[in-house]
Amino acid sequence: MLIELDFWPVLAQWPLLLRGAGWTLVLTAIAALLGMTLGIACAWSRVNGPRVLRWGAGAYVELIRNTPFIVQLFFIFFGLPAAGIKLSPFTASVLAMVVNLGAYAAEIIRAGIEATPRGQFEAAQSLALSRMQTFLHVVLPPALKKVWPALVSQITIVMLGSAVCGQISTEELSYAANLIQSRNFRAFEAYILGTLMYLVLAIAVRRLLNWAGPRFVFGR
Amino acid sequence: MIEFTLWDIVRNLALAARWTVVLSLIAFVGGGLVGLLLLVLRLSGRAPVNRVIGAYVQLFQGTPLLMQLFLLYFGIALFGIDTSAWMAAGVALTLYASAYLAEIWRGCVEAIPRGQWEASKSLALSFGQQLRHIILPQALRIAVPPTVGFLVQVIKGTALASVIGFVELTKAGGMIANVTYEPLLVYGCVALMYFVLCFPVSLYARTLERKLHVGHR
Amino acid sequence: MSAIAESTVGAALATPHTQVGAPIIRITALRKSYGDNEVLKGIDLDVKRGEVIAIIGKSGSGKSTLLRCINGLEVFQEGSLTVDGKPLLYESAMAMRELRQRVGMIFQSFNLFPHLSVGRNVMLAPQLVKKKGSAENATRARQLLERVGLAEKFDAMPDQLSGGQQQRVAIARALAMDPAVMLCDEITSALDPELVGEVLRVVESLANEGMTLLMVTHEMNFARKVADRVIFMHQGRVHEMGSPEALFGQPRTAELKQFLSSLHD
Repeated sequence: MLIELDFWPVLAQWPLLLRGAGWTLVLTAIAALLGMTLGIACAWSRVNGPRVLRWGAGAYVELIRNTPFIVQLFFIFFGLPAAGIKLSPFTASVLAMVVNLGAYAAEIIRAGIEATPRGQFEAAQSLALSRMQTFLHVVLPPALKKVWPALVSQITIVMLGSAVCGQISTEELSYAANLIQSRNFRAFEAYILGTLMYLVLAIAVRRLLNWAGPRFVFGR
Repeated sequence: MIEFTLWDIVRNLALAARWTVVLSLIAFVGGGLVGLLLLVLRLSGRAPVNRVIGAYVQLFQGTPLLMQLFLLYFGIALFGIDTSAWMAAGVALTLYASAYLAEIWRGCVEAIPRGQWEASKSLALSFGQQLRHIILPQALRIAVPPTVGFLVQVIKGTALASVIGFVELTKAGGMIANVTYEPLLVYGCVALMYFVLCFPVSLYARTLERKLHVGHR
Repeated sequence: MSAIAESTVGAALATPHTQVGAPIIRITALRKSYGDNEVLKGIDLDVKRGEVIAIIGKSGSGKSTLLRCINGLEVFQEGSLTVDGKPLLYESAMAMRELRQRVGMIFQSFNLFPHLSVGRNVMLAPQLVKKKGSAENATRARQLLERVGLAEKFDAMPDQLSGGQQQRVAIARALAMDPAVMLCDEITSALDPELVGEVLRVVESLANEGMTLLMVTHEMNFARKVADRVIFMHQGRVHEMGSPEALFGQPRTAELKQFLSSLHD
């Protein structure tokens, strides 16, 4: 059987696809920045924090890691308004991605922190650094460096997961592909192009982060 | 309008969760079989075959599962086959799982020292015998924890099947939320049920991992 | 070239099908390189049946690579290598397996199969490759383990054994295939000094029983005592070759003199 594929009607809508890809990148960038910050805070809480905080951070990490992202997103977007918190699709998407990445990043960074040799703490202490100073200047940079590849993978995973945000009509890449196929009924072609664009984005984001890590995040 | 008690909600969600479990098992077992085939093909080491399988893995790991579901859903239809959400979700998740498992297991096989290949080769074992009697039994031991861990990812992945209309836990949650006007409660329950499914598996994977490391020293 | 090869496929190992006295291994102008790096630069060597050959030389001289070429663990680019008159055919998996049944190998790092008991380690290849019956196979395995002094370890797991014991199991495992030639690749280098003797004694008994042996070794005293011929390899070539007395007593080349004196430091 011959399947006829016609990509032109989809390609003709390239501004939509590009704009979608752009929004996917914006979502990912914000989520990466805030999610890593959240992850660092949680990792610190789980290692150094007071007991309540330690327990709270642990529960948060486990809860997020053992539930699907789409449910987290729906809970925030459809559920929270019932509690009086109404969020735009974009804000809800960012929030869900940050919360999601935060939990995974916390686990990854914690593993890096726990691999810090004892001598490092002792050296920092003998130099009269405070606990916070020790964490931020002595423990964290090498820990981040050690786990950077895992963090990069996780950020990529979160970006790919953000395709779900189209389901609450955030206008990202999968939403664009959906919109195009609803206009011209070239569903397969639209999704193929959309999928390939995700692949390109994933490779590009990975490259970018691998390049940026040593320069901006943890120093060489 | 029908009144829903909390019990009604939980009961209906639990019924739908059955399909989450069934779909997860299909994807996990099917993915395991296809993954094993890919692994063996890759180990038998023809360069072009390796490149194709490498691309396959990259494709499934580098694109959203949601898009894979859409592609399968509309792609199968192109062949004139009547697609159900069942079939599309089953096939997509199986392929997705096969790519990940093939990659996880390849890592485990590569962790087996080269001397094991050489010693068994020197004893005139064929490639199949080497795999079956020497390499895979050893790789299996280290492969169990990450494989069990991946099951969690599969269970969570099945939630995306709701988007193409497969009625499992997430989809049922959406439907119930719509009739009860209690989205916070319903999605809370849905999340909790996923947690109940996944957390024991995660814990088990972690225990296995710890045991393996203790046993190693 | 294949007249001999064809007529002897499947022939029993115990019956030599080449003329008595003819070389069991014949290596001619063999060259091997990794990319641009040529590690074997034209090796010629004939090994007679029952001969014991020690190969010495610095690390990187190509001695292990030469050994690994003989049972096809390494692929060489030029020259020829025949075992029992049969040329090495990399393209044919069947032919390679045929060859490996005749050529046993013992490794520096033992390479026992950690998931199998000592007895199963010894019995695995005869069972899979030679389709030996399990009763006969077990009897033979016990005999071989007894011969290397480990009869009581039949049901032990490899990680319960000392290095010396593991290496002796590896020897029994290789012997179980009834090889005509045994290759030993620095088999005592990974052992604690006090465990070297027990392994060398087993090898010596093999030599005394007429097994053809090629061993890469750092144990010069052992080489002097057991070997019929010693080969000194240097920069991918056979630099000097002769009886142990000649090689160790009157080294002719400066490289060998330097190598031997470096051992005494």
